[in-house]
Amino acid sequence: MAQTAARPRRGGGIRRGEARAGVLFVAPAVLLTVVFLVLPIALALWVSLSDWNGFQSPLNPRVNFVGLENYAAVTTDEGLAQQNFGTAVRNNLYYVLFVVPLQTIIALLLAVQVNRAMLRGRGFFRTAFYFPSVTSTVAIVIVFQFLFTASGAINAVIGFFGGEGPNWLNDSTGIFHGLLSTVGVTEPSAALAADGPLGVSWWQWLAGPSVAMSSLIMLSIFTTSGTFMLLFLAGLQNIGAEIDEATRMDGAGPVRKFFSVTLPMLRPTLFTVLTLGLIGSWQVFDQIYVLGGGTAGGTINTPAFLSYRTSFVDLAWGQGAAIAFILFVFIILLTLLQRWILRERTPRAFRRRDPQPTAAADAQRATEGGVR
Amino acid sequence: MTAVEHRPVPASADAPTPPKPMKRKKKLGGRARSGMLLGYLILIGLALIYIYPFIISISASFKTDAEATQNPLGLVPETITFAAYERLFGDVPFPLWAGNTMLVTVVVTLGRVFFDSLAGYALSRLRFRGRTVIFVAFIAILSVPGVVLLIPRFLILQQLGLYDTYGGMIIPLLSTAAGVFIMKQFFDSLPDSIEEAARIDGAGPFRIFWTIVLPMATPALVTLFILSFQGSWNELGHFIVSRQSPELNTLTTGVASLVSGQLGSGNQFPLQLAAAVLMTIPVAVLFFIFQRRIMNTTEGAEKG
Repeated sequence: MAQTAARPRRGGGIRRGEARAGVLFVAPAVLLTVVFLVLPIALALWVSLSDWNGFQSPLNPRVNFVGLENYAAVTTDEGLAQQNFGTAVRNNLYYVLFVVPLQTIIALLLAVQVNRAMLRGRGFFRTAFYFPSVTSTVAIVIVFQFLFTASGAINAVIGFFGGEGPNWLNDSTGIFHGLLSTVGVTEPSAALAADGPLGVSWWQWLAGPSVAMSSLIMLSIFTTSGTFMLLFLAGLQNIGAEIDEATRMDGAGPVRKFFSVTLPMLRPTLFTVLTLGLIGSWQVFDQIYVLGGGTAGGTINTPAFLSYRTSFVDLAWGQGAAIAFILFVFIILLTLLQRWILRERTPRAFRRRDPQPTAAADAQRATEGGVR
Repeated sequence: MTAVEHRPVPASADAPTPPKPMKRKKKLGGRARSGMLLGYLILIGLALIYIYPFIISISASFKTDAEATQNPLGLVPETITFAAYERLFGDVPFPLWAGNTMLVTVVVTLGRVFFDSLAGYALSRLRFRGRTVIFVAFIAILSVPGVVLLIPRFLILQQLGLYDTYGGMIIPLLSTAAGVFIMKQFFDSLPDSIEEAARIDGAGPFRIFWTIVLPMATPALVTLFILSFQGSWNELGHFIVSRQSPELNTLTTGVASLVSGQLGSGNQFPLQLAAAVLMTIPVAVLFFIFQRRIMNTTEGAEKG
């Protein structure tokens, strides 16, 4: 705060009461944050290290400290808990591998198209693409369920072209397995049948997202691409018309212009979109909850939903909290990585103009409690 | 949009490009023209994909169960029936859910706007010990993923005896680090001289904040209002872990139970879709009213 130095010291007549007012003004927000964020996290950390079974208070004297037992149960001890966690990680990993690149490419495509100089009806297109981002996930899941039933609209379209659509949201076949079976490979070799990390066999690790998960991937792209399109649009406006003109003068065609000028200049925005997508994609919960989580042979389960179900349904509170903390640390690491790279890479001028998209997206994330 | 205009095009945007860059207005060659056409085709195709699900949902909610299942693509119902909507207001406690959601949304939105702007103002303008520490802490809190808070929130609400009450559903949502951050950013951009005169007249900090600074902060307040309204209206996770009684169901938890819970069964697509349509209307209306502000891509921190 450079200006504060020039001001009179605290307690000066005209600014009397300022310090007290400052403390009073931040008190409600700080108090709410401490009571409903800091304390709960501390409490959950204790639960994840204890054998609390959900009865009475986790702080009662009969609850014992069990160290890292709950963490071991989901990561290193062989058993059902480990397998469930491993499967959830695999599902989420494929979800991330598909959603992040696809939503980024589609958002960029939409932004570049909407940003064209001579476009008529720009407002209409922008609205159409962004609208799914403002509706509730619950509503969107219902719509998708309707479109993707065995006899639904999607399969009707596939049928029109002579194909036969799958029973989307109930189909647990991994799409890579599905591709392999078309060339006659349906069984793993001995090496692949062996257990890989987290109690899941290599054959299962390589299954790809299930058909049901693929429908969810499409759903997510549908709801997030609009938000990221806005970030790209903001980035595109920073490029400005002079550069456009210059490119045109130099005789570059639209494709050349996109790869040689637009894309390099959008690098900071691109990076922001990729990392926000990455951070959000590890937090899939709402969709899975609405669909029931256990459907499609457990292939749409994710760590976020698993931690909820382990605690609230199976009443293994310690393990549920442990999964939540593993996820927590992982996401925080991703976030720190993002902030560190953004600080290192971007020139000052750009940072002053470009932190807002991050802030806005951050805000959106925080108010929605996770990207949908 | 060219960089010449720094304001967004009006939402109705059949905006004529400003008469500045004349080169744009030159006659298009054949290649450019076909490129334009292709661009339009791509855009229109994509827009159809994005809009179609919503249109089909509205239409299917007026169909009979059988027709919705057998003819999912038909845009016009053969027999228009309001059965789904009658059921929503008959044997499904939809009005109760809507009432709960409205109550929570209104209180949470007002709370966030008030508490977050108070805190943002103090962190931006008032000097007190620990200010920087608090601000850094808020920044750190921004990166706490909401989804890992489900179990912790339940635990603390149980400890405080707030579980399964309106209080438990509302109070934890009353302030967000993101809101504080947005408001602080905005107050940082106001010149110092604003408060000087009032201070010389002897007005106290709260009075200055309430009568002078807050009215000037309307743009940021509107942004925060939209974000909060949308966020709490669509909130699902927190209402799953903060309540269990059916009487406290919000639209999100109630409608979710239509899909997977006790109420969900068979092919009741029109019923579910009608619920989805109705719960989308308020956020959609808000979106259309404020869409210029929401999608304003030139005013950094004002974006929603």
